Amino acid sequence: MKFTKEHEWLRVEGDHVVVGITEHAATQLGDVVFVELPETETQVAEGDEVCVIESVKAASDILAPIDGEIVAVNQKLVDNPGLVNEDPMGAAWFFKLKVNDLSVLDQFMDEDEYQELIG
Amino acid sequence: MADLEDGLKRLGLHELHVELGGKMVPFAGYEMPVQYPDGVLKEHLHTRAAAGLFDVSHMGQVILRPKGSMEELKLAFEALMPVDVLGLAEGRQRYGLFTDDAGGILDDLMFTNRGDHLYVVVNAACKAADIAHMTAGMPGVSVQPVTDRALLALQGPAAEAALEAVLPGVAAMKFMDHRVIGDIWVSRSGYTGEDGFEVSVPEAQAEGFARKLLAQPAVAPIGLGARDSLRLEAGLCLYGHDIDTTTSPVEAGLTWAIQKARKAGGAREGGFPGAVRILRELAEGPERLRVGLRPEGRAPMREGVELFAPDGTPVGRITSGGFGPSVNAPIAMGYVARAHSAIGTALTGEVRGKRLPVTVAELPFQPTTYKR
Repeated sequence: MKFTKEHEWLRVEGDHVVVGITEHAATQLGDVVFVELPETETQVAEGDEVCVIESVKAASDILAPIDGEIVAVNQKLVDNPGLVNEDPMGAAWFFKLKVNDLSVLDQFMDEDEYQELIG
Repeated sequence: MADLEDGLKRLGLHELHVELGGKMVPFAGYEMPVQYPDGVLKEHLHTRAAAGLFDVSHMGQVILRPKGSMEELKLAFEALMPVDVLGLAEGRQRYGLFTDDAGGILDDLMFTNRGDHLYVVVNAACKAADIAHMTAGMPGVSVQPVTDRALLALQGPAAEAALEAVLPGVAAMKFMDHRVIGDIWVSRSGYTGEDGFEVSVPEAQAEGFARKLLAQPAVAPIGLGARDSLRLEAGLCLYGHDIDTTTSPVEAGLTWAIQKARKAGGAREGGFPGAVRILRELAEGPERLRVGLRPEGRAPMREGVELFAPDGTPVGRITSGGFGPSVNAPIAMGYVARAHSAIGTALTGEVRGKRLPVTVAELPFQPTTYKR
């Protein structure tokens, strides 16, 4: 699993990359009450705002960590936004990206580096 | 209360909040617990199901003593507010509003008739200005800030039993009653829409008092986050957001706080700052009104969201909004032009560039459970 500075995790699944937010991010956000997901078959570029998360405190965005095509979204989050707090690193994945070259993931942090970042 | 180097003041119960796992954030010049480990959602629901303990010691407690008669004090206080002070019985509390000459709201407050003086509680962010305003506006009155007391709120259906266990006698109090029990000042009121109490305790006793409440299984500590969602569901205004100097009491829908004695034809009609505008708005209706708003989808509409009529005309703006844990839906309050203020009116609110449906709704969102 890889981690971004924006507190997203990236997990390789075949030739897709599954994206979610870290436990640290979920804790910081507080109770999530609304999730808006992108359309599938959308081409996204690194840094695009692709999801909206609203917690009891504030709204925030999930940015596309890399270029790719959205091939799947986790509809369960729309029906049960609280899943983001319950299981952020597992069941509460947000979307899956199809990328041309998985080596783009090399630029991101591994778990030890991420733990160091959040202290 | 201690002053820190960054200018923030610390609550007398700071160590207790830290021990309870409170996440401390700056608020109105104080380091305040915004939430405890349970988080805003659970804290909110706990308050509605059992009892929540809030530390609101940042608020301004003030004693007003007459230099002449008590009636002179009451009339002097009436000259600052469109509110009947003279008619408030001893041992009773009432909601008040300081208005300015333009009819805007300088602050909202609670005041209590304690026989030979008045006890006033004002908002933290306004307290310095309020004290200056009262001092300048009431030359025949001694205005004494109370700085050696904590203020705790215990709110929710289990509040009565929990407080009665610590402070016998309070169960007999009704909504807006006030009692002095030894060193402790108790009001049956609050800011959640629930039955409950606000208790002023000498600072030296405050921690022991709070611990006695928290030792009861029904009582949990509740942070500012849930305080905000609770008051929003109860349709209560937050000063600086839903009301300020640009809003009049009539626009804000606070006409219930203006008693008959101060209205046109009343025994002491007018005679408060902004009376011309406020009496005119009472007679003719205001140009805009504070309303409840229910977004249709799940997306919260927060403060600052612009509101539009179905034809695209801008009609107003949201002043408080978020998710209501007990109504389990997004809720908001805001101001809309009077023509669009009827309950059930369909509007749109612009969220992230999209205009989403929102309906004018009845306030409060959550039925209140005051013990009348």
